[in-house]
Amino acid sequence: MTSSEPAELGATRRLLRATNIRIVAQTFFLSVFLLGLWATWTTRLGGYPVSRFLEIDLLVGVSTALATGRLYRHLAWGLSLLAITLLFGRAFCNWICPFGTLHQFAAWIFNILPLKLRRRSNRYRPLYALKYGLLAGLLILAGFGALQIGLLDPICLLSRSVSASLAPASDMGVDALAGSIEQAGVDANWTNAIRFAPNTERRVFVGSFWIGALLVVLLGMNLVIPRFFCRVLCPLGALLGFLSRFSLFRINRDVKECTDCDACLTRCEGAAEPQSVLRSAECFACMNCIDDCPEDALSYTFLGQDMKQVFTSTDLGRRKLVFSGLFGLLTFPFLKTHGLGTDSNYSPRMIRPPGSVEEGEFLSRCIKCDQCINVCPTNVLQPATTAEGGFEALWTPVMNFNIGHCQLKCNLCGEVCPTGAIRRITVAEKLGKGPHKDAGPIRLGTAFYDLGRCLPHAMEIPCVVCEEVCPVAPKAIRTVDEEIKDVFGKIVVLNKPFIVPDLCIGCGICQNECPVTDAPAVYVTAVGETRSRARGLLLEDRGRAYGS
Amino acid sequence: MRSDPAESIQSYVKAPLSRRAFVGRIAGALGIGSGATYMATAPEDSPLGIRDPTGSRRRRTDPPLRLADFSVPVPAAISPVAIGRDGEPDTRLRKALDGLGGLRHFVAPGEIVLVKPNVAFDRAAILGATTGPEILASIIRMLLVDCRAQEVRVADNPIESPADCFHKSGVRQAVERAGGRVYLPDSNAFRVVETPGAALIGAWPVFHRPLTNVDKVIGVAPAKDHNLCGASIGIKNWYGLLGGQRNRFHQNIHEIVSDLALLMRPTLSIVDGSRVLMRGGPTGGDLGDVRGTDCVVAGVDPVAIDAWCHRHLLDRTSPLPEYLRRAEEKGSGRAELAGRVKEVS
Repeated sequence: MTSSEPAELGATRRLLRATNIRIVAQTFFLSVFLLGLWATWTTRLGGYPVSRFLEIDLLVGVSTALATGRLYRHLAWGLSLLAITLLFGRAFCNWICPFGTLHQFAAWIFNILPLKLRRRSNRYRPLYALKYGLLAGLLILAGFGALQIGLLDPICLLSRSVSASLAPASDMGVDALAGSIEQAGVDANWTNAIRFAPNTERRVFVGSFWIGALLVVLLGMNLVIPRFFCRVLCPLGALLGFLSRFSLFRINRDVKECTDCDACLTRCEGAAEPQSVLRSAECFACMNCIDDCPEDALSYTFLGQDMKQVFTSTDLGRRKLVFSGLFGLLTFPFLKTHGLGTDSNYSPRMIRPPGSVEEGEFLSRCIKCDQCINVCPTNVLQPATTAEGGFEALWTPVMNFNIGHCQLKCNLCGEVCPTGAIRRITVAEKLGKGPHKDAGPIRLGTAFYDLGRCLPHAMEIPCVVCEEVCPVAPKAIRTVDEEIKDVFGKIVVLNKPFIVPDLCIGCGICQNECPVTDAPAVYVTAVGETRSRARGLLLEDRGRAYGS
Repeated sequence: MRSDPAESIQSYVKAPLSRRAFVGRIAGALGIGSGATYMATAPEDSPLGIRDPTGSRRRRTDPPLRLADFSVPVPAAISPVAIGRDGEPDTRLRKALDGLGGLRHFVAPGEIVLVKPNVAFDRAAILGATTGPEILASIIRMLLVDCRAQEVRVADNPIESPADCFHKSGVRQAVERAGGRVYLPDSNAFRVVETPGAALIGAWPVFHRPLTNVDKVIGVAPAKDHNLCGASIGIKNWYGLLGGQRNRFHQNIHEIVSDLALLMRPTLSIVDGSRVLMRGGPTGGDLGDVRGTDCVVAGVDPVAIDAWCHRHLLDRTSPLPEYLRRAEEKGSGRAELAGRVKEVS
């Protein structure tokens, strides 16, 4: 705020000016976003649209439609963002986007430059066209069926960072707080309300450091360039910027009133050059410039625009466009030739959640938002490293049965998946009951024994936790019972377990409960998964073939 | 305008170290140096000393925690096991408890009571793998209304997601509607508990939060088939209080189950016979494996209860499971049933 507000402006009008309303909107949408992630938990879901931000994200809709030719479930919500953009330009970036709000906040905290340098830091730079190149490259990749927008899309990125890094960090803090409250003999039950995952052992997330580090580095870049991510990298911002050339409203400068004082640059969030010819594709409609203009030369308007004072194009020349096209074209084979994507050299740990579509299509749908990982009540869903499916599958969901297991009656991951990488399935479909009897149960993989590590098989020690916990009826783990005299001369009964692969659904509870904890003696690998014909195992289900 | 560099160096006057700064630095160096030397070399028991020549000082010894004996003596005329038959489950439960002299004999007004069901798996109640919500609601209402208990807690440490197991089995809703409070485990909920005489869990992490300040403990279990153990009835139910790496216990299942009868000496043990899992336990999953009976078993001798249920609910003609013999040896009760069971119908 500069001090030269006209005195006749009433206090109420000053209070209700656009920038203040904007701050309220930003706080509201950031809170709703976090509330959605908080509600993404088995006891809180209750039918709430917890993935709505991801569904409003137009880039998610556009890119998955490019990759698959279809628009999944609620993704038509992207039209609301399209409408907002066609009306108001890139207003989403500074009014709604929770990641944008975080960046604005970080840039505000880090704002230590003297006025002159600060104004310079808000001038446009050619570097800011990079995001359009990135967008073009990512969309070309999507067109070929390799969806990588999730790496940088702000909603996906923030959703993932909160799920896998910030939420567990917060829960860790609440744990410590609750621990000391209980130590003092006071009931700490209320702390469950402020946990992302209450009533469970502390959750872990593979690669949480790198997911968190990316977030911190991006926020830290505000020290170097204010709103670095939004101006330089954001592919959603680039898409909205491109669309904003059609928008009705924009900031307009009345050249006759303007004294070229550059006060409008002091807090220009998008580096949109309001002091001269406006770059409307960069403008976030934050309204700061209108606040800061001592001459009332700036307005946000539809009919009163001066068409000489706007540059609606995206500064992505033909040369740069060709270059980003080449980038996309080359990245596709780079991504796809790592060898882990084939049906012979795939990783045995590439185990996808129940309802997942076949791997190739999965990768054309998954946006790495990690909502499924957030909602998973047993913590079995983990962000993939590059080991399971190369860089292409980085941070997509895989099941790690050393950490948890897939609960028989749970279908929450498909419930929250915004893009249908994990289809929405019923429990009956998952278990192959009722109308899905002919299709049979969804198998995630198949369990195998490492006989050299299994206590009854190799060491004459009774065990069979695996058989006990096997949840399918009849059990997919059976035993051969033998009475032997062990090495100490004692008679023991050994129940030696084996797998009935026709019945095994790959839920992994056997692996999770195996007492040989580091490298379990019974473990699930991906082969035999029902989502893929090429990664099957059995010729036929013997139970059904024999008619039993 | 620029001055001659040679001239400016000639006229440069340095700022010398003052006496005050000199003394301050010497004092600081001596202070830090001697303080650090003291902490690093002082004998182990001196205050602020951190010397640790053997590397063993870091080991913390928490004061040992033991579970109280929650049992309540009954007059000699009362048989230690009572079976309630016929009618609604609520009526059967009341009959069984009346056979023991009534619930009010065991729980005094104002007491805090823990009810421990078996909610180990995310299963529908009708599949018999978990304690049914109806009998829990009944016992909670009796405790709150008839006995005027101050608080009724319901707790278990399931194998699958605690929130899911309690919610989808309907247990959470039934408990809360009846006025009880559900305690679910998290990272802070466990404390190491000592159990003298126990072979495997002499000191083991136990889901202790619901046991804090509790006056009475009542187990409410289903009767289930169990491949390794023979049966999972009332005593095995206490397994759900254990934390830690409990999957190791299957290497000696009968020892651990008999240890459980030492760990927990409950006020009452109740077994609901409404849905008995005859085969495919302890997880079940097939309605065809579930048998309905018309009885609720209650008693003060956990060993006798398991023995009766093994024979009459699971219909086993085989000898009693080994764990019951060991529990007898450890003094947790007697498997002898003759003249010790009262049937109320």
